[in-house]
Amino acid sequence: MPLFEALLELADDHVVLGHRVSEWCGHAPMLEEDLAMPNMALDLIGTARTLYEYAGKVEGQGRGEDDLAYLRGEREYRNCLLVERRNGDFAQTMLRQLYFAAFMEPYWTAAADSADETIRGVAGKAVKEMAYHIRHAGEWVIRLGDGTGESARRMAEAVENLHLYTDELFEAGSAADVDVLPDRAALRPAWEATIDHIFGEAGLSRPVIPHPQTGGRNGVHGEDLGHMLAVMQSTHRAHPGATW
Amino acid sequence: MYSQGLIGADGSTGETPEFLEAFQKRIDAEEKIEPNDAMPEGYRRTLIRQIGQHAHSEIVGMLPEGNWITRAPSLRRKAALLAKVQDEGGHGLYLYAAAETLGVSREEMTEELHSGKAKYSSIFNYPTLTWADIGAIGWLVDGAAIMNQIPLCRCSFGPYARAMIRVCKEESFHQRQGYEIMMELAGGTPEQKEMAQDALNRWWWPSIMMFGPHDADSQHSDQSMAWKIKRFSNDELRQKFIDATVPQAEFIGLKMPDPDLTWNEEKGGYDHGPIDWDEFWRVVKGHGPMARDRIRDRRKAWEDGAWVREAALAHAEKRRARKIAAE
Amino acid sequence: MANEMPLWEVFIRPRNGLSHKHCGSIHAADEVMALQAARDVYTRRGEGNSIWVVLSSAITASDPDQAGENFEPGEKIYRHPTFYEIPEEVGNM
Repeated sequence: MPLFEALLELADDHVVLGHRVSEWCGHAPMLEEDLAMPNMALDLIGTARTLYEYAGKVEGQGRGEDDLAYLRGEREYRNCLLVERRNGDFAQTMLRQLYFAAFMEPYWTAAADSADETIRGVAGKAVKEMAYHIRHAGEWVIRLGDGTGESARRMAEAVENLHLYTDELFEAGSAADVDVLPDRAALRPAWEATIDHIFGEAGLSRPVIPHPQTGGRNGVHGEDLGHMLAVMQSTHRAHPGATW
Repeated sequence: MYSQGLIGADGSTGETPEFLEAFQKRIDAEEKIEPNDAMPEGYRRTLIRQIGQHAHSEIVGMLPEGNWITRAPSLRRKAALLAKVQDEGGHGLYLYAAAETLGVSREEMTEELHSGKAKYSSIFNYPTLTWADIGAIGWLVDGAAIMNQIPLCRCSFGPYARAMIRVCKEESFHQRQGYEIMMELAGGTPEQKEMAQDALNRWWWPSIMMFGPHDADSQHSDQSMAWKIKRFSNDELRQKFIDATVPQAEFIGLKMPDPDLTWNEEKGGYDHGPIDWDEFWRVVKGHGPMARDRIRDRRKAWEDGAWVREAALAHAEKRRARKIAAE
Repeated sequence: MANEMPLWEVFIRPRNGLSHKHCGSIHAADEVMALQAARDVYTRRGEGNSIWVVLSSAITASDPDQAGENFEPGEKIYRHPTFYEIPEEVGNM
């Protein structure tokens, strides 16, 4: 069922990144950011919920959002590697957000013309959210890249740590034969233009990655995801069949 | 989320009797005092202290609940909890801003929190051990907070009152969110119900301690009442809270952990058993089980974020310089 | 204290047709981040569709000690419509 699989890939991306960003709540560099980051996390979790619900419907086995989010293990998760990377410092968190949003914004723009009504509905809302995430994360990338010696060093390190995971965003995954979802590979020029524009102001350069890392769409993740899911799913799994 | 009865403010003041009388007349006429108005030093000091404690409570209060954001048992609960903890951060922000109108900076207040000089609500020095604690906090701690905060919307100091109006409006979902969690648990599996009862057992007494010492032992209440910073006494608010909460526990089949709790027909309210004030003062004075961890976490967030704030300021400086150069 | 984030006042327009109204303050290093912070802090519940931010230090306020001379000079009642007597037969005016 390629549509089901493709929806899971999308939903997993959103729930994993939303979870990661939510880990910051109460620990941000300044109070204003303690409000900004949950806004982003809530956008992502909200989109994930709609996508899981829809995936469950497409699958037709009676699974709902929580069955899909809480009862699949790391080998069954289909998110890309970028979103599961640890938060690291604020530079790394903001760069990861920028990389993801700069991809999803043109993705949802393209999906707004989908023949699938539910996908059009998600796209209409998510495209605005992603545009804001690009602005917010992008402005921080600019400030940290341009700010002080230390912040520039940390920003460059974040690029070094994360850029090799960005290629996977453009892999077709299970959506290769799904005509209601956008062609991921076609979004590369738009993504590169956004990144180049922001990197230009931040004094960063987009590296060439000879050996990009991929595998998430096949359930071959880094080691951090299992820990993240262990935490995320612990309460739910400790009480099988319970409602919350 | 919460303001504790003010702990340890010095309301003494050295102005002339004429000045104090004129000020009191404005207060008695229900006039609001605004930041640039002349005010007794004791009034300013009391407010800085109270609003600061209130703001710190909101910020520290993000931690015990934040402890469960990553483990919330459903996506719906996760979103609601995240939005709630975010609100607490917002409330801290509004309150710091209200205190800043009195000439103290957020950085100075933050410094006082981190050094242990400033107090915050003792309730947040208890640990959140199960998911039911999130329900209990929303239901009891936010419930107690609302009792306290609604009268603060009419506080004589304009910026504080305005901040509280915004806080109360936003907070209306917090208590319902918590009670809904408890209701679901109490009606769930035996393990879930046990979890709910255990959380109630641990949070009930700290919640009723949130209203502060008994009126007879509350040193600073009289002056605060006269200045209309405070509108009801600690015991009055505590009674209101208990009377409202006991039937809510009964409704979902949970037992209050107070064997002496009985309905008193004559006063039309519940009588409760003795409160352990030794524990209260121990926790207020920074010896609660999580006190060190809370301050450690706040300090770490602040220190880890220093390079980010410095970078933002450095960039702003460069932007200004570039703009001037371009003109 | 050195190196403090500047304070900004936030004004929100609830909807078109109304004026911007002061709703609170935030801290931010520059005007772009101030706008974003204002958006993230003060418009989480659909409070508005337009934001202004102004550096708090850029505001000039009247002195409360001059409130008497500023705002309570003898009332000029001829500025109010009820000062003028018009016969009832003329109707609403």
